[in-house]
Amino acid sequence: MRRRRTPAGLVEAEPGPAHHIEFDGRPVPALPGQSIAAALWADGVLAWRTTRVGGTPRGAFCGIGSCFDCLATVDGRPNQRTCLLPAEPGTTVTTQEGHGRADLAV
Amino acid sequence: MVGAGVVGAACAYYAARAGLTVAVVDRGPVAGGTTGAGEGNLLVSDKEPGPELDLALLSTRLWRELAEDLGAAVEYEAKGGVVVASTAAGQEALRAFAAAQRAVGVVAEEVPGERLRELEPHLAPGLAGGFHYPQDAQVQPALAAAHLLRAARRGGAELITGETVTAVDRGPDGAVCGVRTDRRRLAAPAVVNAGGTWGGELAALAGVHLPVMPRRGFVLVTEPLPRVVRHKVYAADYVANVASGSAGLETSAVVEGTPGGPVLIGASRERVGYDRTLSQEVLRRLAGQAADLFPVLADVTVLRAYRGFRPYLPDHLPAIGADPRVPGLYHACGHEGAGIGLAPATGLLISEQLTGKQPEQDLTPFRADRFPAA
Repeated sequence: MRRRRTPAGLVEAEPGPAHHIEFDGRPVPALPGQSIAAALWADGVLAWRTTRVGGTPRGAFCGIGSCFDCLATVDGRPNQRTCLLPAEPGTTVTTQEGHGRADLAV
Repeated sequence: MVGAGVVGAACAYYAARAGLTVAVVDRGPVAGGTTGAGEGNLLVSDKEPGPELDLALLSTRLWRELAEDLGAAVEYEAKGGVVVASTAAGQEALRAFAAAQRAVGVVAEEVPGERLRELEPHLAPGLAGGFHYPQDAQVQPALAAAHLLRAARRGGAELITGETVTAVDRGPDGAVCGVRTDRRRLAAPAVVNAGGTWGGELAALAGVHLPVMPRRGFVLVTEPLPRVVRHKVYAADYVANVASGSAGLETSAVVEGTPGGPVLIGASRERVGYDRTLSQEVLRRLAGQAADLFPVLADVTVLRAYRGFRPYLPDHLPAIGADPRVPGLYHACGHEGAGIGLAPATGLLISEQLTGKQPEQDLTPFRADRFPAA
């Protein structure tokens, strides 16, 4: 028999009802207080950015705001640390290509 | 060579190339002091005619030669500089400054206000004008020091890091005969003081006065961006700030992109000893002035800030060459904020003196004994 352990279960949390955020145009469930990175992980999404030089996928690494690996475009603003930002109802997350600022290039 | 910053590295590079037996010793790592805290500017644009500009012009030529060997590895970019004025009076001052520079070989092209955005599309509208200095360039300073040292080592130089020089040994005739570190004795008929901001302490070990003082500066580092700033761009008042001897805080926007992506924002100057405390006031002023110049930066995140201590001598000129007070003692320090740019010329002139040649630039203005003893 497979035992299912979840972060919420381990800390005996009793979160409020789930809502949804939007990731690349589709709904992803999120719990109140959950970070964007945690919501994406819980939904099986492991990468939401590609690197500037090699174009390789990146997602959460340190999970505590230090490494800047988990950057994504959030509500239209690039380079946001998804491990620190709450997944609030209506939050829109877009996979970020490189620096996410291609529109500024001269 | 005492000091493994970019100046010590350049001295080692040219001395090894001239066939001398060289050891470089530093109490810290390579580029662990001011070099590692610099932006890597190779500038002629901010210098008025005189011995420092002559040194910068010589260095410009030498960096170009070095870039052929080390170019990509040290992120050498012949990007050019753009100095901008917000008022007509400011532009007039730039015009007079540039005219004097042109007379000694600096290339400076006037850019009217309405054409500035052809050079820098994100510049704020409404600036009075500016000057384009195509000879200004940039390197990544820590890489520059490391690769100069690597080349010196290929030429036989020895690199000793993590050892502090505790004494400069002098023989019965008063001439230098080596240094002692906390681990060993290094015998040498010539000792080059490339101690940067700490060059005054090394001079004191040799028994001479050299009033090098720290002049603190902060640099802001933005999130990685595409190329939004093409040149090194700075406001006209930067030149006045550099030339000032004030101990108080002075800031003027100096903005440039890097091959790595982040935009670097300087420049502040204040004499507060070796205080490493983060100054919110400085960061706020730098960020505000940069956003005034490039409004697009107002919406960009600053990831971090770092600080360093420029080796400041009271007349803003470095100390370069043989010290007439102590045979065998040479100085190559006190370049303030221009050490990365001036390193190759310093290294070349020192190596010429070490090998008994006539240095190709007169070193009299850089003599270390020009300051009265305290």
